[in-house]
Amino acid sequence: MTITDPLLDVSGLTKHFPIRGGFPFPRTVGAVRAVDGLDLQVAEGESLGLVGESGCGKSTTGRLITRLLEPTTGRITYAGRDITHANRRQLASVRPEIQMIFQDPYSSLNPRQTIGRIVAAPMEIHGISPAGGRERRVRELLELVGLNPEHYNRFPHEFSGGQRQRIGVARALTLSPKLIVADEPVSALDVSIQAQVVNLLQTLQRDLGIAFVFIAHDLAVVRHFSQRVAVMYLGRVVEIAHRSDLYENPRHPYTRALLSAVPEVTAEGAPPRDRIRLTGDVPSPIDPPSGCRFRTRCWKATDQCAARTPPLARIEGDATGHLTACHHPETVEKPAAAQGPATPG
Amino acid sequence: MFRFIARRLLSALLILLVISVITFVLFYVAPRDPARTACGKVCTPQTLALVRRNLGISDPLPVQYWHWLVGVFAGRDFTGLGHCSAPCLGYSFTNHEPVLGLITDRFPTTLSLSLGSAVVFVVFGVGTGMIAAVRQGRPLDKIASSASLIGSSLQIYIVGVVAMYYLSDEWHLLPRPQDSVGFTQDPAAWFKGLLLPWLVLALIFTANYTRMTRSQLVETLNEDYVRTARAKGLSARTVFFRFAWRGAMGPIVTILGLDLGYLLGGAIITEETFGLHGIGALSIKAVRDNDLPLLLGVVLVAAAAIVVANIVVDAVYALIDPRIRPA
Amino acid sequence: MSAGTSTSTSSSADTEARVPFLSVRDLKVHFSTEDGVVKAVDGLSFGLERGRTLGIVGESGSGKSVTNLAILGLHDRERTALDGEVLLDGRELLTAAERDLEALRGNTMSMIFQDALASLSPYHTVGAQIAETYRKHTGASRREARARAVEMLRRVGIPQPDMRVGDYPHQFSGGMRQRAMIAMALVCDPELLIADEPTTALDVTVQAQIMDLLRDLQQEFGTAIIFITHDLGVIANLADDVLVMYGGRCVEKGGRAEVLGVPRHPYTLGLLGSMPSLDGPVDVPLSPIPGTPPSLLAPPPGCRFHPRCAFAEKVRDALCSTRRPLLEPVDGHGTACHLTAGQRREYFADYRAARVN
Repeated sequence: MTITDPLLDVSGLTKHFPIRGGFPFPRTVGAVRAVDGLDLQVAEGESLGLVGESGCGKSTTGRLITRLLEPTTGRITYAGRDITHANRRQLASVRPEIQMIFQDPYSSLNPRQTIGRIVAAPMEIHGISPAGGRERRVRELLELVGLNPEHYNRFPHEFSGGQRQRIGVARALTLSPKLIVADEPVSALDVSIQAQVVNLLQTLQRDLGIAFVFIAHDLAVVRHFSQRVAVMYLGRVVEIAHRSDLYENPRHPYTRALLSAVPEVTAEGAPPRDRIRLTGDVPSPIDPPSGCRFRTRCWKATDQCAARTPPLARIEGDATGHLTACHHPETVEKPAAAQGPATPG
Repeated sequence: MFRFIARRLLSALLILLVISVITFVLFYVAPRDPARTACGKVCTPQTLALVRRNLGISDPLPVQYWHWLVGVFAGRDFTGLGHCSAPCLGYSFTNHEPVLGLITDRFPTTLSLSLGSAVVFVVFGVGTGMIAAVRQGRPLDKIASSASLIGSSLQIYIVGVVAMYYLSDEWHLLPRPQDSVGFTQDPAAWFKGLLLPWLVLALIFTANYTRMTRSQLVETLNEDYVRTARAKGLSARTVFFRFAWRGAMGPIVTILGLDLGYLLGGAIITEETFGLHGIGALSIKAVRDNDLPLLLGVVLVAAAAIVVANIVVDAVYALIDPRIRPA
Repeated sequence: MSAGTSTSTSSSADTEARVPFLSVRDLKVHFSTEDGVVKAVDGLSFGLERGRTLGIVGESGSGKSVTNLAILGLHDRERTALDGEVLLDGRELLTAAERDLEALRGNTMSMIFQDALASLSPYHTVGAQIAETYRKHTGASRREARARAVEMLRRVGIPQPDMRVGDYPHQFSGGMRQRAMIAMALVCDPELLIADEPTTALDVTVQAQIMDLLRDLQQEFGTAIIFITHDLGVIANLADDVLVMYGGRCVEKGGRAEVLGVPRHPYTLGLLGSMPSLDGPVDVPLSPIPGTPPSLLAPPPGCRFHPRCAFAEKVRDALCSTRRPLLEPVDGHGTACHLTAGQRREYFADYRAARVN
């Protein structure tokens, strides 16, 4: 593929959650195929956005990468080491380098611990004592994420949602990670606060060279934060590309539909360009459609789409690294789409 | 739904089997002559021999258990005592009667006591809980809350004795408890005889139901769907009963089921306090007499009551809440 | 019913030609809590015509949801003090009897909530919940109400409505639940529909479907809609007029194109600058509003936005922290801000340049 020597290399990853049932003796009768054949790579210091609608498996992917979940099949390689089925002991050396930021800044912080303890916890767990002591490190981190280091001894409930998310970020930074998986880190926050946290993360990524897997459903936020973006649908990546290629020249019909559904504030406050109306709901991941999974909602679907799964590959005319899994990709649009003036009618 | 209940019944049967094995083993591994134990305190050599023969003491334990189990499903013959038809839970040598007969004799009392008091505590407990929830923070709520706290800290043997002394003996407001008249014989006498135990037993339980009803309702009254119902133009009363109460019912039914299961297994202290002759009194007698077969019988009845109550609770819960209904 | 709206001539100073269908004047909603009085809404006024959509934008705690619960009379009566005036088609709602409000709710005015799963009763079928509203207000028979429920489900685009009418909410997908909720709100053809963040919990493709649906239904029935959201993109797509709330007060209101295109209040400007777009530059950081929303227990004096405002010190005499700016509409576009028109032109120019280019 495109990235030589990636920091994170995921190939053919699947996660099936078994469904038990049956009478009189319960047995496995099926599986929710949350992630079903996922390929992606993340280079060092790069931010990869992972977008898709609820139930597409993006959060499960995040948990698989951080190995909070055990993959069913496939391979996860981190810095050249296969960590797919690594056990606790084998993971111990990798864990400090891969950290996670969660969506809910309320439930992801222990309400009975001071923020000093919360942020210091990773050092405690891994038995690390930095020069100058843990407390000094914590104070540095608090300052880094824009919190007052004097608040060391306060409890989470004394902070607003945005500040709590900063605490979560500080905790993720404690061990100087190389990769942070951020699962909807700003979607629970108010718009004005959201921008503060996005800016913070962007600064950190740039200054500290941390690679991100940025999971979100907000396409505009993802575009702003991630250099490359992968679009997921029903457990698979349907398109992955550099952000400018993906947003200006989407090749997968689903990507196009998704982009066109985003309500945008245009300069004149006028309604935006033509929209593609997707009908119906995402099919069940228990019994996904054969072939291309998007075909049941796709206006271009043919028999071929049901018969054969389209591979995630580069389509002629696309930039390198722009991969699409589609038998009937969208045609290339004029690249001049940049700042779209409102199209009447 | 049918499969769900069938599955639960099957697993209930399995649980009861396991309990019977455990009880069986516990008694038979005790370092005493099991025949002597089963024979009871007043044991003549003849009886002892009879017990020996009928229990099949010389057989290995699994064989003994097998005989017992066959008896439960198919009945068994006891030498010199005649046939004990299925379900045969064994023979009480102390009482010279099949265990099942003893239990069925006593069960009406337990049933009357449990269900009667349940009616009282559900009506009063849930009622005051509802009022407290509607009048949140107002005097009535505070009174109900404190009263329930006092109620739940009372002990039945004290309240029972005091109540009997004043209400029956001193002031003659209520008749002294008795359970010799069955409901089918003379409903009025049956009612009078059990009224005092019902009220006293209910007093202890009511508190619990008041508190639970209140807290459940306070929670469901804050649910979004209750607000939606109000936004539809439904009256506060309709919303309360059709929406909020429906949501609060589940947990209350759960606790009620468990309480009933527990009571049906024998309210030992209550029966002792009021001198009633239910399953509770029977279990105490079985223990005192070292009456092993009978003890096994009452243990199983108590276990069955709880297991069955659980199944009923699950079924009722599924009726109340469609989300947990099996597909 | 009011005997013609024209007869009730209000003698107030403003020279509005006619009383709008919904008119809210100087609404105050104050909650008493253990910590003190929360001034959730503090002097809010707006009007809404039939067939138009008013978008109310604001962040959590801005008072946007509280306002609408108060209009419907769904606030906690024990702990809430209301003041001001809410006229629906000439009828005063704040002082109306509960019984009269019940007759209006779900009938003349109805509401859609954000979280459809939590807002629909899990214990009743979708059809029963829709039919219930219809029966309550029309006195229809069970059979008629059920037929109406099926019809409504069909109208909001639920496939096989005669089958799905007997399903429970948990058997519906998120988008279908929101449709069912809309069907329930519209079953009596209300004249006013209040939608409180109805698409926030939904995916973008479903959100787009729901927005289309609301637009179509509005065209069909001429319903007046109040659409509450924090998402300016949704507002840009749906609203005719926009009202921006901050700290329990309206800071800016006017036509959609004016408010979003030529914002006059620093807060509106800040909101717009906080949002990344699908085609804006990616290398520059977003321009967030510093700080956090104010506590409504002890709101800042003067303009409630002044502690977070980048322009507060540009105003003479520290007016921002001492005097409450009044909202004075100019050509239907008003802002509650002490900046002069000239200052605004000067300071906001950068932003506009970035947006239009």
